[in-house]
Amino acid sequence: MLTSIRDSKYFEKFSEFSLAIVFLFEVLIFSQLSPFFFSAENLLNVTLQASITAIIAAGMTFVILTAGIDLSVGSLVAFAGVLTTSMLKINLPLYLVFPIALLGGLLFGVVSGGIAGVFVTKFRITPFIVTLALMTIWRGASFVYTGGRPIWELPDVFSFLGAGRILGIPFPTIIMVIVFVVSHIVLTKTKFGRYVYAVGGNLEAARLAGINTNFILTSVYIISGVLSAISGILLASRVNSGQPNAGLMYELDVIAAVVVGGTSLFGGRGTIIGTFIGAMLIAVLKNGLNLLNVGSYIQQIVVGVVILLAVLLDQLRQK
Amino acid sequence: MENISKHYPGVLALDDVSFELGKGEVHCLLGENGAGKSTLMKILSGALKKDAGKIFIGDKEVDYNTPSEAQKLGIGIIYQDFKLIPELTAADNIFLGSEILKSSFSFLDKRKMNELAQKALKELGEEIRTDIPVNKLSVAQRQMIEIVKSTRRNIRILAMDEPTASLTTSEIENLFKVIRKLKSEGVGIIYISHRLEEIFEIGDRVTVMRDGKIITTSEIKDTNIKELIRQMVGRELADEFPKHSVKIGEDILNLEDINRGKLKNINLKLRKGEILGLAGLVGAGRSEVARVIFGADKIEKGRIIFDGREQKFRSPKDAINAGIALLTEDRNLYGLFMERSIRENISISNLSPLMKGMFIDKAAEEKAVGNYFDQLQIKAPTQGTKVENLSGGNRQKVVLARWLHTHSKIIIFDEPTAGIDVGVKFEIYSLINKLVEQGMGVIVISSELSELIGISDRIVVMCEGRITGELMKEEFSQEKILKLATQALEKTYAD
Repeated sequence: MLTSIRDSKYFEKFSEFSLAIVFLFEVLIFSQLSPFFFSAENLLNVTLQASITAIIAAGMTFVILTAGIDLSVGSLVAFAGVLTTSMLKINLPLYLVFPIALLGGLLFGVVSGGIAGVFVTKFRITPFIVTLALMTIWRGASFVYTGGRPIWELPDVFSFLGAGRILGIPFPTIIMVIVFVVSHIVLTKTKFGRYVYAVGGNLEAARLAGINTNFILTSVYIISGVLSAISGILLASRVNSGQPNAGLMYELDVIAAVVVGGTSLFGGRGTIIGTFIGAMLIAVLKNGLNLLNVGSYIQQIVVGVVILLAVLLDQLRQK
Repeated sequence: MENISKHYPGVLALDDVSFELGKGEVHCLLGENGAGKSTLMKILSGALKKDAGKIFIGDKEVDYNTPSEAQKLGIGIIYQDFKLIPELTAADNIFLGSEILKSSFSFLDKRKMNELAQKALKELGEEIRTDIPVNKLSVAQRQMIEIVKSTRRNIRILAMDEPTASLTTSEIENLFKVIRKLKSEGVGIIYISHRLEEIFEIGDRVTVMRDGKIITTSEIKDTNIKELIRQMVGRELADEFPKHSVKIGEDILNLEDINRGKLKNINLKLRKGEILGLAGLVGAGRSEVARVIFGADKIEKGRIIFDGREQKFRSPKDAINAGIALLTEDRNLYGLFMERSIRENISISNLSPLMKGMFIDKAAEEKAVGNYFDQLQIKAPTQGTKVENLSGGNRQKVVLARWLHTHSKIIIFDEPTAGIDVGVKFEIYSLINKLVEQGMGVIVISSELSELIGISDRIVVMCEGRITGELMKEEFSQEKILKLATQALEKTYAD
């Protein structure tokens, strides 16, 4: 048994590898079926469409690696969006308002993640319940705060975040790439990353190995909160308004991307590269189906089937 | 069972194994971890499919693929970690899957099930409440519930995997009584145990397995412990315990009047270069003492003096930084990260010296871990091997390597050789000796008295959260330890 393939570090690489092959296969099929699919413009468009949920999925990967879950991400998108857009309307010079509004949105992500972390670690309430509560709280708060009306008439420069391009590449795509590169490095090369895997693999063993488990757990919810807030701001910029119903059901898309990417809901196993491929796999699927004029209801069915197949594939590989 | 074979990817877990069990016989099955005992039992119970071979009951060949089919044929198995549902009552557990229903509305007939459960227990000479959740019962009581559960249907074959692993001496006696009773009713019993003495007390025949093969089957009366060990490990073991003599130095740890939970007024000292044995029955509070020293539980009253200073540990992290290490009793549950590599498991508690700026320096990490690999002779293909693929002994070495890497000054071993093969035990003892030679202090908690007597310089005995005595090396004896370990209990019963 000692020499079995599962021992080798290549095995983990292999599981990402096989997912990547499925992904390439998918790209190949759509390229054949639609002449528009494999154009630079459409591919950049896919990354743009994927970026909002993918950025959140990076944060969700941290949380799920600790065997937790964060259901509040979609509502965070909404509240961070309305908070930032409302702050943009403060009557101050733009060079002051802009950073303040962005920081305000991000800070909100920190606070919400911190609250989740405290409830999970100090009061020992399961993450599912804590973040479920936060999900309805922030959704409600978004509507109360805006009176149910979207926030319009924002400074022109704000729209750059969601709609601007640098060297032809959409700004959200650039942010997404940065988020994934940094997350990957943090998870694989730093002490913090090691501890995240340890806490998720065996919480009590981690504590007895001298890891400050409460700090790690709180941190992952803060990371998830901040990345959700970033997505919220990007989305608000893209639609050029603060919408209280933004990000509805995002938590499910995000969890799907993470799980398709091979991260175990039981914690301790998974990679950020897997999540990236998972997010792209779903985004390409939706884009391709759109190009083929498949209706959105049928799309939902297809996406659901693909999630099941991807997870099934992962299960079979485990055996 | 004839010519049974079972392949796993890369290994032949069972190689042409034949095994027979007579009516009313206790047939003991011996072998190191990984010898194939559990695989054989799982095939017998229908939990695993065999690749080749036949199974006969009486003269009739039987073929089954699931545990429930095996149960119908009268084959029962009691695993080491019981398969009871903790929140259900004992009676509910016993009748799980074959509930008795009231004739009206098909509601559960709890009263009837309770009565029948009580009756079955009484037949075994047991008195256990069956109307309370199983998690309120002791380990020994739960085991009785398991036995009743398996024997309730017409049982012909009962396999027991390490049934005495966490029982006290009197509980073991009781279990043996029950086994003898089942035997007299004609039930054939397969008895798996690491405790060789037991086999001579209860067994009729003994079969030794090694590397997926049957080595020998012999009548108990024709063999002896030494012979069996030789067959199990495949070679002669010179001494069970390595000799050592280390000059004992000054105090390194003092506990003064520690109170916490069930621990009452614990006073304990440990000196440099000393191996202190901590004896007592399961539940006497030995592990709790270890957890207090390690900062895993906060003390309510008292002082911990370590390395010349009073210490107030708020978490294991503080204790580790001060130089204290704990190898927990259940290393799989509380010690290791199964899905992670050996390397990560070793370095996790002290990554700081392996950092290059913000990042872990992989080369430095591999070098540090490599040292322990050689020093402790961890047997694995690479540092990247996942811990879940290691044997019990190598897992223990991985945890030990972690604590050497934190430069511990004292190391606490809670049941250091539980689940570890006879051949590797000696190695672990030698390692413990090496630690004290380097001036460390070591505390060993163990339920195996011969082990404590064999390696300790001094033994402190606990009973019901108190320290009831201290024995110097020249005073060591099993009787003395047992007497101290049950002292408080006897007093309670006398009152």
